[in-house]
Amino acid sequence: MTDRIISSSAALAEALHEEMQRDETIFIMGEDLVSHAGVFGQFKGLPEHFPGRIIDTPISEACIAGCGVGAALTGMRPIVDFHFSDFVTCGMDELCNQAAKIRYMSGGQVKLPVVFWCPDGAGLRAAAQHSQSLESWFVHMPGLKVVVPSEPSDVKGLIKSAVRDDNPVMFFQHKKLFAREGPVSEDDYLIPLGRAAVKKEGKDVTLLCYGAGYYLCEEAAEKLAGEKIDAEIVDLRTLKPLDMETIAASIAKTHRAVIVHEACLTGGFGAELAARIQDELFDELDAPVKRVGARDVPIPFSPAMEDFVLPRADDVAAAVHAVTYR
Amino acid sequence: MAENRKKLLELYRQMVTVRQFETMAGEYFAAGKIPGFIHLSIGQEASSVGVCSCLRPDDYVITTHRGHGHMIAKGADLKRMVAELFGKKDGYCKGKGGSMHIADYSIGILGANGVVAGGLPIITGAGLSIKMRKTDQVAVCFFGDGATNRGPVHEAMNMASIWKLPILFVVENNQWASTTPLEYACSVEDLYVRAAGYNIPGEQVDGNDILAVQKAAEKAVIRARAGEGPTFIENKTYRIKGHYEGDPQKYRTDSEIKKWQDKKDPINRFSRVLFKKRVLSKKIVDQIWSEVQTALNEAITFAENSPFPQPEDAMADLYINS
Repeated sequence: MTDRIISSSAALAEALHEEMQRDETIFIMGEDLVSHAGVFGQFKGLPEHFPGRIIDTPISEACIAGCGVGAALTGMRPIVDFHFSDFVTCGMDELCNQAAKIRYMSGGQVKLPVVFWCPDGAGLRAAAQHSQSLESWFVHMPGLKVVVPSEPSDVKGLIKSAVRDDNPVMFFQHKKLFAREGPVSEDDYLIPLGRAAVKKEGKDVTLLCYGAGYYLCEEAAEKLAGEKIDAEIVDLRTLKPLDMETIAASIAKTHRAVIVHEACLTGGFGAELAARIQDELFDELDAPVKRVGARDVPIPFSPAMEDFVLPRADDVAAAVHAVTYR
Repeated sequence: MAENRKKLLELYRQMVTVRQFETMAGEYFAAGKIPGFIHLSIGQEASSVGVCSCLRPDDYVITTHRGHGHMIAKGADLKRMVAELFGKKDGYCKGKGGSMHIADYSIGILGANGVVAGGLPIITGAGLSIKMRKTDQVAVCFFGDGATNRGPVHEAMNMASIWKLPILFVVENNQWASTTPLEYACSVEDLYVRAAGYNIPGEQVDGNDILAVQKAAEKAVIRARAGEGPTFIENKTYRIKGHYEGDPQKYRTDSEIKKWQDKKDPINRFSRVLFKKRVLSKKIVDQIWSEVQTALNEAITFAENSPFPQPEDAMADLYINS
């Protein structure tokens, strides 16, 4: 089968179409899904094809998340649309005290096949309550899996694996990337959770990234190539479980690492990853691990300020310069 | 008539089982055999037994931190319950849950829940799942008066109502939310009136009268199975023991507690009815209490003989490999 160039949003809809066709226990619930096929049009075509399985809910995030748990416990495979990932705060008990723990607390009696689909990220001038990247909160929660795809082909393969997974999965998809296009196979393929991808091979430095961070790395790598710095890009794709093997193989080659994410720096996933790299790969390193992330403030509204606080490709390049001293 | 007599005796036996279980749990907790903390439902047996007597094995129940009674009434195995309280390997949750998280998914017990009101959104999902799977199961969520002040309760009641989900919201109004009295914490004196705000039929029941509880639950179950939607039942009752075992209970007086014992005690009340109907006799009472004690003793022996989990067992059961 051939690849087509389609958007991230179309890749999501295509994947879910395939999955819902395959398994009639899958359904999607959330706010404003039916009339516009999701607030970003991300479920285009699904309401028509699967009437009754795309369910509009009241604005009740706690109960929507809890419904995902209850339906998963009783034979369904729900996908819960959180509208904006920022609103996970309204459902934290259901996510962290219930979904994450129920299987464990019951001594493994049950499975919980539920996906919490969370559109996240900044850059849309949506200000502080509609722009966050909160993935690291959930990495900190045993019992959840955390997936943050970047390219459309990853979105398709990863959402299909997430939907088939019998554990609760937090799936973060960046709002600004919905329209971004890329090659996607027509095949019915899966990308296993917990497998990173080396998206560009290089020998001088490893750029570890996920979600929107991937595109910053891609841009930075092009600039760096002009300076004869050959960057390797490892797109983590899944933060939990984490593919340390691919990370280790890359760092064993480059001996330098820069971690890039859009979430704010302090306490972000980069902190965890940097800690693991120094712990497990200390002897491979020729320079300290650098992190690039947003500044530690809420996302401001006015464009110049928002652009200022978000990480840019130049920041990635600067971090690379800082670790590629000879 | 004989059939009815058998059913009444079974209700009585179940209430005695809950009472004896809770009494045993209190004693073993005091003796240091049960780690952590436990919340007993002594005085509330009519609610748990009355409601669950209307359910089928494939119906769902979610309960609270004060959930032993609901589990027993839904058919949970005493042996595995006691073993779980003791933190043993053969407990329902292999020692990972304890009193507040006992679950038996094979008989529709979707778990006790340690978070006040934590069960309501989940039961709403179970109700939605029933509706999507087009079965005639019902889903019951027990919660306390304190829970009715939490936001998720209101989200759940609204969603259950708009979708006409087959749910029984059963609030056990035992009048104390930990140390806080209902008249302080609730904007209304009667909790069932809150159901009207969600267009859900609400009924207040004498929660210490098991036949009244059963009647209300039966009606709600029929309504739910017929696809007519949720019902809100307020079982007005009283918690005889502290919020948790060891609670110094400075917030209430002994005389208040005494008012709800003896004559108002749900088991005493039911036995008076049964004596009058000539269903119970002194001999049958003694026999039931002794049979329940024997079953409980067997459960305790089972739990005591069960090994503690290995420390490293803590690492199992988190994720399932799909």
